[in-house]
Amino acid sequence: MSASSRFVLRWGRWSLVCERRSLWLNVTFFALILLGSTVSLMLGRMQIGADAIWQTLNGQAPTRAIEHILIDIRLPRLLVTIGAGAALGASGAVFQSISRNPLGSPDVIGFTAGAATGALIWIIVFGGSGANVVLASLMGALLTGGVVYFLARKDGHVSAYRLVLTGIGIGAVLHAINALLLVKGHIDLAISANLWLAGSVDGRDWGHVWPLWLGLTVLIGPMLIGMRPLGWMEMGDDLAGPLGVPVEQVRRWMLLAALVLAGLATSATGPIAFVALAAPQLARRLTRAPTQPLIGAALFGACLLLGADLLTRIAPFDWTMPIGQVTGIIGGLYLSWLLLGNRL
Amino acid sequence: MAPNLSPTQRLLLGGAILFVVATSFLGLFIGPRTIPIETTFAALRNFDASDSAHLLVREQRLPRVFLGLIVGGALGAAGGVMQTLTRNPLADPGLLGVSAGATLAIVCLIAATGQINIGASLWAGVCGAGLGGIAVFLLAGMTQAHDPVRLVLAGAALSIVLMTLTRVITVNAEAQVFDQFRHWAVGSLQGRSWSVLWPSLWLTFVGGLAAFALSRPLDALALGQEFGHSLGADPRRVWFAAAIVIVVLCGTATAAAGPISFVGLAAPHLARHIAGSAHRALLPLSMLIGAALVSIADLLGRIIEPASPIDVGIMSALIGGPVFVVLARRLRTSGL
Repeated sequence: MSASSRFVLRWGRWSLVCERRSLWLNVTFFALILLGSTVSLMLGRMQIGADAIWQTLNGQAPTRAIEHILIDIRLPRLLVTIGAGAALGASGAVFQSISRNPLGSPDVIGFTAGAATGALIWIIVFGGSGANVVLASLMGALLTGGVVYFLARKDGHVSAYRLVLTGIGIGAVLHAINALLLVKGHIDLAISANLWLAGSVDGRDWGHVWPLWLGLTVLIGPMLIGMRPLGWMEMGDDLAGPLGVPVEQVRRWMLLAALVLAGLATSATGPIAFVALAAPQLARRLTRAPTQPLIGAALFGACLLLGADLLTRIAPFDWTMPIGQVTGIIGGLYLSWLLLGNRL
Repeated sequence: MAPNLSPTQRLLLGGAILFVVATSFLGLFIGPRTIPIETTFAALRNFDASDSAHLLVREQRLPRVFLGLIVGGALGAAGGVMQTLTRNPLADPGLLGVSAGATLAIVCLIAATGQINIGASLWAGVCGAGLGGIAVFLLAGMTQAHDPVRLVLAGAALSIVLMTLTRVITVNAEAQVFDQFRHWAVGSLQGRSWSVLWPSLWLTFVGGLAAFALSRPLDALALGQEFGHSLGADPRRVWFAAAIVIVVLCGTATAAAGPISFVGLAAPHLARHIAGSAHRALLPLSMLIGAALVSIADLLGRIIEPASPIDVGIMSALIGGPVFVVLARRLRTSGL
């Protein structure tokens, strides 16, 4: 890495190293998100022009109907989409760094399964629906995370390898419980649970938006600071310790932050395939960064989910095409394309 | 069997074999319908086709027990080969597009015909698994190079696409399609008869023999490709053969019993802790552990809820998961 490809921002005793390439890519991602958001607000059963959107956002809506559609329906949906994509991307970057394994996404380590278990118990056993499903799945994810962390703890420290293994074991149990609920539950409830499991941003309101964005704004700053020591820890705890990294603390807090983000995203949308796995990988390859790019992964995740949402809405079929499945198809095909072209 | 086992390993091996035999034997006596022990023995010794209890034991319970052993063994061996091939201890044999391919084939079959026919679904599953495996090989560029990471990524990419298509079909199809599918998708030995057992047995037998034949080249490959090459193993050939073995073994198991995800990951893991990483000991032991896990899971599923047994895929994860966690805590954690 030559010196001219990066520059340093200094402010008092704080400094931030910026890679030019990552900076440009992030700006591109951001522009894409803005563009996608505009299109997303315009599209729908009732087409709304860009000028009307601008006026509405400034508080001068042309008609009450437009204000209702934009503020109560399309904006929350948009914000949930972007927020969930960013949260999954950032959380995936942290998980892959901690587990030192490109397969170490929150799905593999069982947290998504835990979120699903919470939601499924609520839907199938208690017959619940609506906003409480969000709470139930968040509880499920956090409980799973806590259990996995404490079971993986031994002699006061958590090895990355043991963490992944424990997560896989717990995840298997939770998947089994989910399957049991789906098989033994009443068929109508099982169908609505299956729909939740497909992942969707339909009909999301501000109640879904606030927790997600609150979590993102509070956590992204500390996570950005924690990413550097985490990058050193990828060389091994034995090397990072002598460099002055409080290995256990960094791992514990970063894991908790990543877990909360993944839990918030999953509870708002249902499980969304692939974003947490692919966004960090692809962002890292695009930026050619030596460590996991947190912001890049978050922005790329948001782009990915936004694109998927747009696709579900312009899809020509009269099919139910949940967003969680669209990300799966796009992500999988994109990865295949990269593999076929020998770009990976 | 591997000649150089320590006494402890021998003891463990003997214990595991005894355990498998005992659970299989018990499996003949337990089911939704209570059949006296003498009748069960009589059904095995002098079979009377006019007696419904005899028929039940011979046509339902016996093939079910055997199929459990075959499926478990196949998954264990496939997992052992898979983890060496990808050099990733987190690799599940289903990752090669096999499970997802079989699942998509079956859901298409159910959606097209509206019901599930175990005999037809076996062959649909085998075809789906084979096609999935071939697609992953092509995608990973197995014809030019052999790169473990590419293989895992290709498998993950294709599996995600196929699983997604599966879910899109279940979300959009009639309620009864989902109803049929949800029972198949958890992995079950329910209602599998001899007509499923024989083809599975032959495929697993061939695949298992091939896996054992690959033991030495796999040992060399586990040391790394360059090193393996200098030891005389042609990495490309070994890769190709091993990948086919995985597709055959895991595809058969999935087609016969549905996707049972956890066994193929956990069994070789445990086997490696006990027997080390020499494949001559590792593969038989992981087959044994796989068979033990599946048969005890099937047995317990029937004991817990005799009226509608809990499916074996669910039970094996419920039992295996905690064991796996405890072992991950207690044993010295080592990579591959």
